Amino acid sequence: MILAVDTSLGTAVALVEADGHAVADASSHDSLGHAEVIGDLLTRALAEAESTPAEVTQVVAGMGPGPFTGLRIGIAAARGFALGRGISVMPVPSHFGAALSVIDADAPDTAFAIVTDARRREVAVSIFEGLDADGIPNLIGETVLVPRADVDERLRGMHAIEVATLDATALARVGLRATIAGRTLTGPEPLYLRQPDAAAPTAPKRVGL
Amino acid sequence: MSMREPLVLGIETSCDETGIGIVRGRTLLSNTIASSMDEHARYGGVVPEVAARAHLEALQPSIAAALAEASVTLDDLDAVAVTSGPGLAGALMVGVGAAKGLAVALDKPLYAVNHLVGHIAADIVTADADPLEYPTIALLVSGGHTSLLHVRDLTTDVELLGETMDDAAGEAFDKVARLLGLPYPGGPEIDRAAAEGDPTAIRFPRGLSRASDMAKHRYDFSFSGLKTAVARWVERCEAEGRSVPVADVAASFREAVVDVLVTKALAACADLGVPRLLLGGGVIANRRLRDAALARAADAGVTVRIPPLSLCTDNGAMIAALAAELIASGREPSTLAFGADSTLPVTQIHVAARGAEVV
Ligand SMILES: [Zn+2]
Repeated sequence: MILAVDTSLGTAVALVEADGHAVADASSHDSLGHAEVIGDLLTRALAEAESTPAEVTQVVAGMGPGPFTGLRIGIAAARGFALGRGISVMPVPSHFGAALSVIDADAPDTAFAIVTDARRREVAVSIFEGLDADGIPNLIGETVLVPRADVDERLRGMHAIEVATLDATALARVGLRATIAGRTLTGPEPLYLRQPDAAAPTAPKRVGL
Repeated sequence: MSMREPLVLGIETSCDETGIGIVRGRTLLSNTIASSMDEHARYGGVVPEVAARAHLEALQPSIAAALAEASVTLDDLDAVAVTSGPGLAGALMVGVGAAKGLAVALDKPLYAVNHLVGHIAADIVTADADPLEYPTIALLVSGGHTSLLHVRDLTTDVELLGETMDDAAGEAFDKVARLLGLPYPGGPEIDRAAAEGDPTAIRFPRGLSRASDMAKHRYDFSFSGLKTAVARWVERCEAEGRSVPVADVAASFREAVVDVLVTKALAACADLGVPRLLLGGGVIANRRLRDAALARAADAGVTVRIPPLSLCTDNGAMIAALAAELIASGREPSTLAFGADSTLPVTQIHVAARGAEVV
């Protein structure tokens, strides 16, 4: 069984079987409170699947993009869980999960954009087109930050889907397909897309005599 | 659960150290620390986002290293412990997320504990130390906190007597080091510079020490006025075209910090009739602070306890040690509903215990 955890938007936890069949989905759409709910969502998903942690053979972590503080909680929980089980973590960019949901629901025959809020009047945009041979959404280019005001112009009429919640079941399926194909979709570093806010100190301010 | 010697793994991520500790009862098995201090150096202070990113990277390897050092496996553990607060919210949340994932996977009890009380628990796992006697006054001094506590019982009764109203003492060292053109972290740099200096050369102010302040803030600290006084003194020096006597400024500044810390801690001992003082926090590395505390406490008939420095700085062993004490005294684990609380009061030693109200 595959456990997927994603806290790039709300807090989403899902369990799917090795054939991709969904067995449990526990999520909170609250964009805050990830740290408070993550433990209960993990136990709720296991209970819903009538499973024990021992039955989980792989963990999939949603790597963002998303607000940093929340995003890290899910990755930390995924890693903690995997460590406890002695199994590996497959990192998957969160937009892949969103893209698979779109493809499964609508099977669009042209490229489309997944858009998520990135705060500071910016959005994160990933463009996908169909599934590749491994059944993984085909990412075209890189995920980028775009000022919200410029999105329409940048996408030039391409179908854009703004996603406010994430489906961890779809994320688990992407992770499963990547594992079967022996691929990695991203590195261990979350998709922060921004440097930390910090400036090297300037000369000390004068306090005045 | 009544286990006399519980095996506990503690996770600490409240500031810039990723600390993983493993204890068996009161025996320390591992104290593994990964610090992001070097990454903060160019910013002149801890940058919360940089610290949080570093915790996420360091957790897994640190836990693996701690287990290897302790020669135990995760399955051997009786419980997992984690710092719930106080500290930097984003940094704390990394530890909380990891601890919950780990505890659920292992199906082991999870203890969410108070970082400041953890600093006191560090004494308990100090090798060959006599048992900690109660009550004791505790002075915790670091880059993140400056707190004076009255500890009547480690697991049930800790009272905050006073704390800093502005900068932590460690922050004051960092800021004054910058004024003097010394690198981060400031503590060791000021210490080095002060070695050749005269601590009585300049009389810098002792914060919240006037009679009028003492009425309201007897056990509280303030270091921002001191920092400004140093800045003003240095500016005046430069305005007069004199070169700044860095050694004397560093020694006099350090003396002002040490004096106010030791004076207030010993005042608490005298006022409350407690002849015991426990020191903790990274600033305890400061030799002058330790020497002054030991000398003046001896004059006052107060016994001083100082855990080894590796247990004074932020670490996971103290978090594991506090949880082990909670377990030994029969306390229930936390529910999974707790979060990170950057301002967790010291009276909340153990967060969201089963049966307690979870807000
Ligand atoms: Zn501390």
